[in-house]
Amino acid sequence: MSRLYMARNPRVAARSLDGEMMIMSGRDSTLFTLNKTATILWQSADGTTPLDEIVEHRICVEFEVEPAEALQDAETLARELASHEILQISEQPILLRNPGIGESRAEGSTTVESTTGESRARESRAGESR
Amino acid sequence: MSTLLQEMSEKALKLNIPLSVQLDLTYRCNERCVHCYLDHDDHGEMTTAEIKHLLDEMADAGVFILTLSGGEIFLRKDFFDLLEHARRLMFCVKLKTNAVLIREREAARLRDLGVESIQISIYSHRPEVHDAITLIPGSLKRSLDAIRFLKSQGLKVIIANVLMTQNRHDYPGVRALAAELGVECTLDPTITPMMDGNRSVLELAVDQGTLRQVFRDAALVGDVDEFCAIPAKPDESELDSTPCSAGHTACYVSPYGEVFPCVQFPLPTGNVRQTRFVDIWRHSDQMNEVRSIRLKDLTTCTSCTHVGTCTRCPGLAFMEGNMRGPSTQDCEKSFAKTGVPSANMLAKKAAAGNRENTNLGHVNLVQIRALPSLASATA
Repeated sequence: MSRLYMARNPRVAARSLDGEMMIMSGRDSTLFTLNKTATILWQSADGTTPLDEIVEHRICVEFEVEPAEALQDAETLARELASHEILQISEQPILLRNPGIGESRAEGSTTVESTTGESRARESRAGESR
Repeated sequence: MSTLLQEMSEKALKLNIPLSVQLDLTYRCNERCVHCYLDHDDHGEMTTAEIKHLLDEMADAGVFILTLSGGEIFLRKDFFDLLEHARRLMFCVKLKTNAVLIREREAARLRDLGVESIQISIYSHRPEVHDAITLIPGSLKRSLDAIRFLKSQGLKVIIANVLMTQNRHDYPGVRALAAELGVECTLDPTITPMMDGNRSVLELAVDQGTLRQVFRDAALVGDVDEFCAIPAKPDESELDSTPCSAGHTACYVSPYGEVFPCVQFPLPTGNVRQTRFVDIWRHSDQMNEVRSIRLKDLTTCTSCTHVGTCTRCPGLAFMEGNMRGPSTQDCEKSFAKTGVPSANMLAKKAAAGNRENTNLGHVNLVQIRALPSLASATA
C-alpha cells in the first residue's frame, strides 16, 4: 500500500485563533476554519512525515480511535483539504525549496477532486471590511 | 464581510486579539496627491530589522490580516525582503499602492509571494483628471499598465476611487474602466485631515448634492430605498455595541513604530521601538479608553436618529476634538442618504441661532446691505 505525504500549500495565509486554525486560500481568498483533526493534519504536514505516522502518533493519541479507521478518515480529509489547495498531497515526499512562500515545488504532488464525505473545513468567501 | 470572517472577528474581539493591522512602511511617495493627509518626508523610518522583528511580534500576537501601505511601499528598497518575511509568517497580506513602480517582474514576484490583494488608487478614467490629482504626468497610464501586469499574473486587484471635487463626475467612468480591466472597484467620499491637524484639505470634499447623487446610484448602493431609508430607533443591544473595529480587533502602525487605533485615528498609544507590540495592544491606557466606548456613551450622537446606522468614524471625531463626539463628514453622509439632519447638525444650527438671538440687542433688526457693484458681480 502506498503512503501519502502532505505539505502545507505555501500560497495560503494561516493563523491559529485560540486553537482554531484560520486558513485563507491563495487561489480565491476563500476563508476556512479547520476543526481539531484538520488542524493536526495542517500542523503536521511537513512534506516528509507520511500520513499513517501522523495518524498513529498524533491523531490516535489525541482521540483514542482505531488506527485503520482513523487513517481512512484522515486520508479523506487530506484529499478534501488538497481539493481546496490548502494542502499538497503526494505519494512521494514533498520537497519545499523555500518554505513559507510560494516557490515550493512538490515532486509528484497532485490536487484531487473533492470527496463526497462530510466536510470538515468550513468555508466562506472573505470580504472587505474597513 | 463574510459570515465566517465575522465569526472570527467576534472571537478575536472576545479574546482581545488584533486580527488586522495596517502597517505603513514609509510616508515617502512618488506622487503628490492633492488630498493626501501625509507629509512625504522620512523622519526616521524603522529599519529592515526593526520591521521584521515587529512582524514576528505581530504574528505572535495573533495578527492575521496585514495591510502594507504608505506612502508608496515600493519606494522601500527592502520591500520584497519584508514581504517575503511577512509571508513566511503566513500573514494574509494586502497591499495598498499607486502601482507606478510595478512592472512585469514585480507583478510576478507578488504572485510568487502569495499576496492576497493589491489595492490601487485610481481617481479618474481621464488622464487629465487623475494626473492633476496625483500631480504626476503620466501616472494614470503607469498605474493602469501595472493593473494589467498584475491581472496577467492572476492577482486580485481592487481599484480605490476617492471622490473629491476634482473628480466628482468621473466615478461612473472609473467603474466602467474597472469592469473592462476585470477588477473590483470601491468608492470613498471621505477626505481625511492632515496628520498635523491641518484641515484645509477638507475643502476638497464633495458637496451634499454630489453625495445625494452617489447614494441614490443603484449601481453603487443596490436597493436605493433601503439604503436611504430613515433608520429605525436602535435597541439597547445596539447601543451597547462598539463603534468600529479600531482598537478592538484592528490597529495601525506608522513607519516610525507608533501604534494608533487606526490610520484615521491619530491617538498615540505607544511605540514598538520601546514597548512590545502586544503590550501596547493589551495595556495601553489610550487603547483601553478607545475600547471602553460604546454607542450609548457618545455625546450628541446617542440621541441622533442615525446612531444605529451611521458610519461615524471615531478617528475623524477625535480629529474634530472629541473621540466620543460626532464626525461632521459622517453626519453629512447620513443627511445626504436620508434627508434627516443629524443631532450634531441640529445642535450646531441651534447654537448658531442662539448666537444670532444673543446678538439681537446689538444689531439692527432689519439689515440692509448694499447691493454688490456691477463690476464685482460680474468678476
